[in-house]
Amino acid sequence: MSRRLESAILHGVLIAGGVITLFPLFWMLSASFMHSGEAATFPPRLLPQAPTLDQYRQLFVRLNLGRAFFSSAVVASIVTISSVLFGSMAGYAFAKLRFGGRDRLFGLLLTAVVIPPQVGMLPLFLLMKKLHLVNSYWGAIVPSMATMFGIFLVRQFMLSVPHDLLEAARLDGAGELRIYWSVVMPLARPILATLATFMFMSTWNDFMWPLIVLSDQAHYTLPVALANLSGEHVQDIELMMAGAVVTVLPVLALFVALQRYYIAGLMAGSVKG
Amino acid sequence: MTAESRAALLLLAPAAVILGVFFFAPVVAGFALSLTDFDLYSLGDVHHTRLVALHNYRELVGSSIFWTAFVNTLYFALVGGPLTVVVSLAAALLVNARLTKYKAFFRTVYFAPVVTTLVAVAIVFKYIYHPRFGMLNRALAALHLPTPDWLGNPHLAMLAIIILAVWKGFGYTMIIFITGLQNIPEELYEAARIDGAGKWQQFRHVTVPMLGPTFLFVGVVVAIGQLQIFAEPYVMTQGGPLNKTVTVVMLMYQQGFKFWRMGYAASVAFILFLLIGAATVVQMKMQERR
Repeated sequence: MSRRLESAILHGVLIAGGVITLFPLFWMLSASFMHSGEAATFPPRLLPQAPTLDQYRQLFVRLNLGRAFFSSAVVASIVTISSVLFGSMAGYAFAKLRFGGRDRLFGLLLTAVVIPPQVGMLPLFLLMKKLHLVNSYWGAIVPSMATMFGIFLVRQFMLSVPHDLLEAARLDGAGELRIYWSVVMPLARPILATLATFMFMSTWNDFMWPLIVLSDQAHYTLPVALANLSGEHVQDIELMMAGAVVTVLPVLALFVALQRYYIAGLMAGSVKG
Repeated sequence: MTAESRAALLLLAPAAVILGVFFFAPVVAGFALSLTDFDLYSLGDVHHTRLVALHNYRELVGSSIFWTAFVNTLYFALVGGPLTVVVSLAAALLVNARLTKYKAFFRTVYFAPVVTTLVAVAIVFKYIYHPRFGMLNRALAALHLPTPDWLGNPHLAMLAIIILAVWKGFGYTMIIFITGLQNIPEELYEAARIDGAGKWQQFRHVTVPMLGPTFLFVGVVVAIGQLQIFAEPYVMTQGGPLNKTVTVVMLMYQQGFKFWRMGYAASVAFILFLLIGAATVVQMKMQERR
């Protein structure tokens, strides 16, 4: 087989795979600009005949989806900030500071990776009820404010920070916390960006725990509001597609903008996993 | 105490408290809860709760809906898992091939479904699977192929959900495979070529063995994720038709948060834990044998 033919077949398959992969997202976007009922016509239409923002108007004006958008943004932002801060603190301590029982404690935390979060959800709900956090943003936020994944990711990165650098700072008389904040944190910027991207997206997309802990519509995050909406508006294909776009587009845009960090994080997490 | 360990204590405290109070303690409490008859009445007054030892587990083993959920979940994982691995390895080989141009572009395209919101794309797929208006059946009709009611047919509903899960997830494992492929030294392929190995033989005798640890990692990650399936059936089928898409986590959610039988639901959750632990151990054993 000639090299040129081989290359043509290879790229043909790659493009076909790409079209199949993107088609559901393309159709979601296209149908969201259609008039009600247009997505169910014969023969089928791939593109809206006369693009309209009607569905989006209905979502934001009548169905108040803006509120869920706001809820999602609040929850994802606070989780991101705190999990990056707490993860970087713990990750640095595990990687670079000497203290008794360090490795045993880290090993214990690592077991968290294979424990499905659902196992703790029932008692967690009862705990949240005791703390009066059910049906509040904090109920959705608090359990994710520090994650094992974040600690692990930062620790892997910090292991490569040279000890001499820290010793030099100590000789200059810098305190331990000051070294963390002024010497180590600036070095760790790329991994912190990775972690932030990761946490924002996974919190934005999270469904089961918000569904459990947020019981009234005023606090619903987007996925919960959308699932709720899809029960009531089964026939409104175009409306639901607009709702899906509103939910997916922010994370998709963030991914395209920050994919360098995101994919780097995945690779770092997998190499020594 | 040295300055260093004092600093460590301070730096670890917030993460340790949050993980301890909101993750590890609830997990341990979850097991304890599964030994009680905690229900709606206990929710009003804890004193209504009694210790019932393994009663919940006995009831579970005797209930047909549990076994249905168990089998459905295993079916989803045992078909969806390997399918995800095969599709993502194929994608990784294609994207990583020496002749491929625009590698980063294709990588991004294949990865895009991973970052989408599961609930949102589950709704999109629900309409793609629509028996009359869905794009899938319209394409099949154009090709004069049968056009089944994907989510309404008990034999096809879980398969349709598996296809969604593979579409959503293969980009993630593809990235891990690409990393694994890039770590294989080029000399191994050269040596194989000198020995007269063709493309397939190179794949069989160099790529696959060298990817060994990657297969383990991917297998465990995919298994852990797949056994927790919940949102897809919740949004697309509500467990139907004929309970063919009820899953273990869905059963836990319904029993625990709809009927408030939290003791019983906790035993379901603990079974899930055992299932995931078993999947991890099996993967490791299989890897050791090779």
